[in-house]
Amino acid sequence: MEGKSKKISSSVILLASLAIGFVIWTIISLVPSIGSIIVGPAKVFEALISEYENGNLAKNISISLWRVFSGFSIGLITAIPVAFLMGWYTLVRQFVEPWIQFFRTIPPIALIPLVIVALGVGESAKTTVIFVASFLVMVVTIYQGVKGVDPVLINAARVLGASDRDIFFDVVVPASVPYILVGVRLGLGSALTTLVAAELTGASSGLGNMIMEASLYFRMDVVMLGIILIGVIGFILDKAVLYLEKRITSWQEMREQ
Amino acid sequence: MSANEQQIKIRVRGLNKSFNGRNGELVALKDVDLDVYTNEFICIVGPSGCGKTTLLNILAGLEKPTSGVAEMDGSEIKGPSAERGVVFQQYALFPWKTVIQNVEFGLKLKGMDKERRRQEAMKYVEMVGLKDFADAYPKELSGGMKQRVAIARAYAVNPEVLLMDEPFGALDAQTRAQLQEDLLKTWDKEKKTCFFITHDVDEAVLLAQRVVIMGARPGRIREIINIDVPYPRNQETKLQEDYIAYRNLIWSKVYKEYLEVAK
Repeated sequence: MEGKSKKISSSVILLASLAIGFVIWTIISLVPSIGSIIVGPAKVFEALISEYENGNLAKNISISLWRVFSGFSIGLITAIPVAFLMGWYTLVRQFVEPWIQFFRTIPPIALIPLVIVALGVGESAKTTVIFVASFLVMVVTIYQGVKGVDPVLINAARVLGASDRDIFFDVVVPASVPYILVGVRLGLGSALTTLVAAELTGASSGLGNMIMEASLYFRMDVVMLGIILIGVIGFILDKAVLYLEKRITSWQEMREQ
Repeated sequence: MSANEQQIKIRVRGLNKSFNGRNGELVALKDVDLDVYTNEFICIVGPSGCGKTTLLNILAGLEKPTSGVAEMDGSEIKGPSAERGVVFQQYALFPWKTVIQNVEFGLKLKGMDKERRRQEAMKYVEMVGLKDFADAYPKELSGGMKQRVAIARAYAVNPEVLLMDEPFGALDAQTRAQLQEDLLKTWDKEKKTCFFITHDVDEAVLLAQRVVIMGARPGRIREIINIDVPYPRNQETKLQEDYIAYRNLIWSKVYKEYLEVAK
């Protein structure tokens, strides 16, 4: 009973929070000096309809999503084996870790000019920057997971007769799955951030480019629309990974929220 | 005990183990000699830091002695083997595996096919009374149930020796008493050599045919005492005079070791 009433009240609070947010947004947009920049919900909604109808919206969203997923997927596919090799072989770790730590301190956006010179403004440039950004975040997170596997579990497997190979596939890999999912979440966030930066600087399509172009014509309704869409996409992706996490790692001990 | 006519299962001679710590060399075990007989139930008691876990790890093959030798059936223990099952204090269940998957893991490693190992594992899940929880994940179990699963997992691979490292140390008194009785019953049925570490003297005297008292700094064997209390034993055994006499005797000796450490 108590749990149910709690659930209802939390969704009520969410709705109230959204409503108040919209009210504040509307009020701000009604202030004459601000209203020309921060346009109100109604105008943004109109922009949504018109952008949808002229077909630009679907094109921009799909091209942005494609860039995120291609860069991110290559990042994930390479981060997993590198992280496992680092966690499993001390030599690999000692060899690779300083480079990862070094590149991690460089914001991937700083690489954009270099990448554009090297690869042009085409798709490969954007994919490369997003790949680098998401790879670095994911490799560090997954490596922490591999390294942090409880030695007691490894011993428990060894005394049951497990070989190194068995321990890797039956203990280290499953124990690292939660960290892989955390890495995926962080990697997607980082991929999205980098995507927008890359599209703002050099692209002829995509949501970042849509924002940039609209600002040149002072179409603040479209700018706002672009910003909100990026937020919504990020939010949906994050929730999707959280859902996956719940499904895949339901075995994990969780603190009650 | 006369039944096991002193056939030696595990033989430890001149065993030394030291670690290089921050404060120089730490001697965990010094000149340990011990014979564990086939099918014997032997308990090791002693203050913390007496090296009992180190000794168990060496017998399990998880650690190597600095010098000396540990043998099982006459051949040196060089690494872990399914012939020596281990039950850890922290349960060490694989959290991503269900109860039955945990229990059958050792059988899977042996290459047993899926159907047979499931059947085999189920026998042991039933043995520890967790049939209804076969498909539950460890997080859904209480501490006592987790340790039952760990015991079933160790038994399932049919090891010749069971090494137990304070398996009931983290459990409440009632659960512990229940598991002690279960363990005694199981040992009575499937006689296996049991090497059982505990800091609880009552537990040691209740379970063991022989109790080994260890001292600390450096860890070494002080005395080995035969417990001539007839089996089957259960919690009521604790009311018997002979049990009480042994318990008092061993307690006073262990207490002396505790005082040594406290100094």
